[in-house]
Amino acid sequence: MDERYLPEEGPKWSDQRAERLLGALVCAVVGLLLALIVTVFVRAWPSFAHNGLAWLGSGGDIEEQLNQIYLSGLEGANYVYTFHAWPLIWSTLLITGGAVLLGLFCSLFVSVFIVEFAPERMRDVLQPVVRFLASVPSVIYGLLGVLVIVPFIGNHLVTEPQKASVAGVISLSGYSLLAAVLILTVMIAPLMISIFSDGLRSVRPGWLEGSLALGVNRWRTTWKIAVRSARPAIVAGTVLAVARAIGEAVMLAMVSGSVAFAPNPADGLIFIYEPSRPLAPTIVKNIDSLGSAPSNATLFAIAAFLLFSAALFSLAGWMARRAMRKYGATA
Amino acid sequence: MDSSVATPPAQKGPPAAPVQQSPRKKAVEGSATWQLSDRIGLAICWALGLLFCAIAVAIAVYLFLQGIKYLKPSMLFTPASAGFNQAESGGFSDAFIGTLIVAVMGISLALPAGVGIAVWLVEYGRPAALARIAESTIESIAGIPSIVLALFGTVIFSSTALGFLSRTSEGIVFGRSFFAASAMLSLVALPLVVASTREGLNAIPQHVREASYAVGKTKIATVRRILLPTARPQVATGAMLGLGRIIGDTAIIVVLLGATQNFAPVGSAFPLNYLRGAGTTLTNFVYEASPTGNLNQPQKAYAAAFVLLLMVLALNAAVDIVHRRARKAGTWSH
Amino acid sequence: MESLIPVPPPIRRLPLEQTPPAQEVAPPAGAGKDGNGAQPASGGFTAARRSIGAPQFSIRRMEIDDVSVSYADREAVKSVSMPVRQGEVLSLIGPSGCGKTTLLRSLNRLTELTRTATLSGRILLDDVDIRLIEPTLLRRRVTMVFQQPNPFPMSVFDNIAYVLREQGSRRVRRKTLEPKVHSALQRAGLFEEVKDNLDHPALRLSGGQQQRLCIARALAAEPEVLLLDEPCSALDPQSTQVIEDLIVKLRDDVAVVIVTHNLQQAYRIADHVAFMYLGELVEYASATALFGSPREPRTQEYVSGAFG
Repeated sequence: MDERYLPEEGPKWSDQRAERLLGALVCAVVGLLLALIVTVFVRAWPSFAHNGLAWLGSGGDIEEQLNQIYLSGLEGANYVYTFHAWPLIWSTLLITGGAVLLGLFCSLFVSVFIVEFAPERMRDVLQPVVRFLASVPSVIYGLLGVLVIVPFIGNHLVTEPQKASVAGVISLSGYSLLAAVLILTVMIAPLMISIFSDGLRSVRPGWLEGSLALGVNRWRTTWKIAVRSARPAIVAGTVLAVARAIGEAVMLAMVSGSVAFAPNPADGLIFIYEPSRPLAPTIVKNIDSLGSAPSNATLFAIAAFLLFSAALFSLAGWMARRAMRKYGATA
Repeated sequence: MDSSVATPPAQKGPPAAPVQQSPRKKAVEGSATWQLSDRIGLAICWALGLLFCAIAVAIAVYLFLQGIKYLKPSMLFTPASAGFNQAESGGFSDAFIGTLIVAVMGISLALPAGVGIAVWLVEYGRPAALARIAESTIESIAGIPSIVLALFGTVIFSSTALGFLSRTSEGIVFGRSFFAASAMLSLVALPLVVASTREGLNAIPQHVREASYAVGKTKIATVRRILLPTARPQVATGAMLGLGRIIGDTAIIVVLLGATQNFAPVGSAFPLNYLRGAGTTLTNFVYEASPTGNLNQPQKAYAAAFVLLLMVLALNAAVDIVHRRARKAGTWSH
Repeated sequence: MESLIPVPPPIRRLPLEQTPPAQEVAPPAGAGKDGNGAQPASGGFTAARRSIGAPQFSIRRMEIDDVSVSYADREAVKSVSMPVRQGEVLSLIGPSGCGKTTLLRSLNRLTELTRTATLSGRILLDDVDIRLIEPTLLRRRVTMVFQQPNPFPMSVFDNIAYVLREQGSRRVRRKTLEPKVHSALQRAGLFEEVKDNLDHPALRLSGGQQQRLCIARALAAEPEVLLLDEPCSALDPQSTQVIEDLIVKLRDDVAVVIVTHNLQQAYRIADHVAFMYLGELVEYASATALFGSPREPRTQEYVSGAFG
């Protein structure tokens, strides 16, 4: 390949060798990801096999079931795999949905503000603020949640009659859906804000100028033209935020309390004060039971479900962006 | 051409009014063309912007105050010990050193791998299918929750083949050690390093590479001697962003480093004995010290959280400085 | 007037002192058709004017009064004054960087989008200083078409309906908008071509159609003045011809101001021409006067192709 060089004065590293080495590195990483996916699903298989579609269903108390699973594993035979994850899935839906919707609303307005309407000094303040919020570790959010937000909700927001109304089922001590959604929103908003802002900034300036020159005011121009043409970026940011929210384990573990419970909207508005335990924190809370084989399978099953959901969302986002290309919005 | 013969079409617009003097105040966009909904929207923008600022200030100030209250410098140097009274239960030096250890180990795996992958993607990238797969892979790794990475780590490091990286007792590999945690943490930092390095390499115009090839340098030599040094700010940025993520991660630590407060070295070969053993980091310490964990020592939790936050902010500041210096150095003339 | 025998002329540069007086000369080949033709051979055109005759009337709509525009320290426009009349086409010509686009953009206060821009002097729209009118309202009365066609990423119908919808707060029903959209498209001469595809993406149209869509959009606001910034420079000759016809037809309804670097185009469609050079207004005269017998020497040089 390197015919330029005479054999005795070749370079130390030939391009071929380097390319092969780096290519091997890339293949190794790809292989690692594949190994991860395969391992997770293989380890999860016993739990899915024994439960079938009922794995996604409801029925029974999660804590009870996990306990049974763990104990059966210690005995070494006759493993019990019964697990109905619906309360966890429902909690995940509520928390992720709530945080992403609230976050989407806030992030849209804040990014429009940063890109278009904020005065110079406000922009200089807001951008470091967003970066700061993005870099706070999730365990610190969890700490503030459990030491500040949760007591606040428990002592000042939830009233005694409300606590009494559900006293038989669950205690409203502040570990709640509300706390989880609020904190998770603050965690995922910076991600969405930065992606939305990038999308808004890369609108064709000809469109904005053209709209202003037709007598449309700045607000309408920004929303109808810039936001519309930044839709692919908005979808991309939302998908990333959903993936982040689904996978958030530590902060939610600290804020979700000690019981695996799923809030029940049938209780009325109080349901936002009810504790909720989604999927990812369940793994963290039960990590000590990894040694027991059926528990191991169950936890991997939860992880497999998380992977699957995140992949599904990415796919949905990609398809949505392809559909948007029709009208010329650049992806 | 001036006098009208035919009647002009109906003229729109105001009838002739006396010419006005130069205005002292210019009419700017506002009342007449902004509907109520537009104005409410702008109000929401302001409200949310200020709200986010308030939240950030509240977090920073509260942690700062609590940290100052409870943090004693000795805590950084005293290992944790058992004790009912929080003030007498020592500090979290093991956690602090643990954070430093995983940071160094994690980034020293992620940085070469990330730069290598980025170089391959930008400079080589054949076959094209592999390049696309590689890009998707890196994106996917970025999107995998760290708890799932942690679970995967338990499988890898509990295998007997890798038993030497952690403690083995009675034939069962424990699977938790600094090696295990750092390896998985490097995956967390990898996408950031790759993305940043790619940006840096892509910003270098093609004529620089061509100039190097024209004097007979191989591609890899060009990369090593010219391109990577030029992209150093971006590589550094990627490394620091990755470091920020590594030291902020808790899930992998909780799963792969063991729920202890102190070092638990394995064997006697220093320093490997520590690296093979379990331990803790600041994030794990905060988790355990909070009401959710086993210790229930909120004061020390605040102190540790404060130290952790300072480290993360210092990294952010470093990234800013690197950016500013890179911008001052100027850009290529394409 | 018909085009004479097409003979490609030799291109020669005239030295300053030897400028011949204006004379009837054979036009360069394709001057009547080609929007981007070669330089004229001498200082005078009598090429076919694509016009439906001299304008019937003219009403003074805008008055530019001693206007100077500067960007930071650089003066882009120096003390320019001229009237803008409905019923005629005013063309601003001059070499690159002479300030004609800046002047055009100051007519609808678009220069204010640049922070470093300052404007002195007065611009009156129907005898009201435009600085007293809210910019958005002003821009509905003085609309602009840009050099690069910039249809929004929506359907053809929505592009034009956009202007109509965003003027009020209530959702306007499509039925109410349809006649206005159709009439705007008809005035722009685009209706026949797109009437079956109104809901197709506007970005799928050809370049000339897109520019006509932009003109239709500008007309949908029912402006009093239409500003055009080199609208044909990105288009092929056929589209240019169509748009030039359209512009001349519009002059009765709106005052048209067109910036062009193409002298033949200005000759074909303008009724009054303003020649600018390095920010100053060198000469303002009717088209036949300026092209036939320009008063200023610099105008003569420019028009005859001595520099450009």
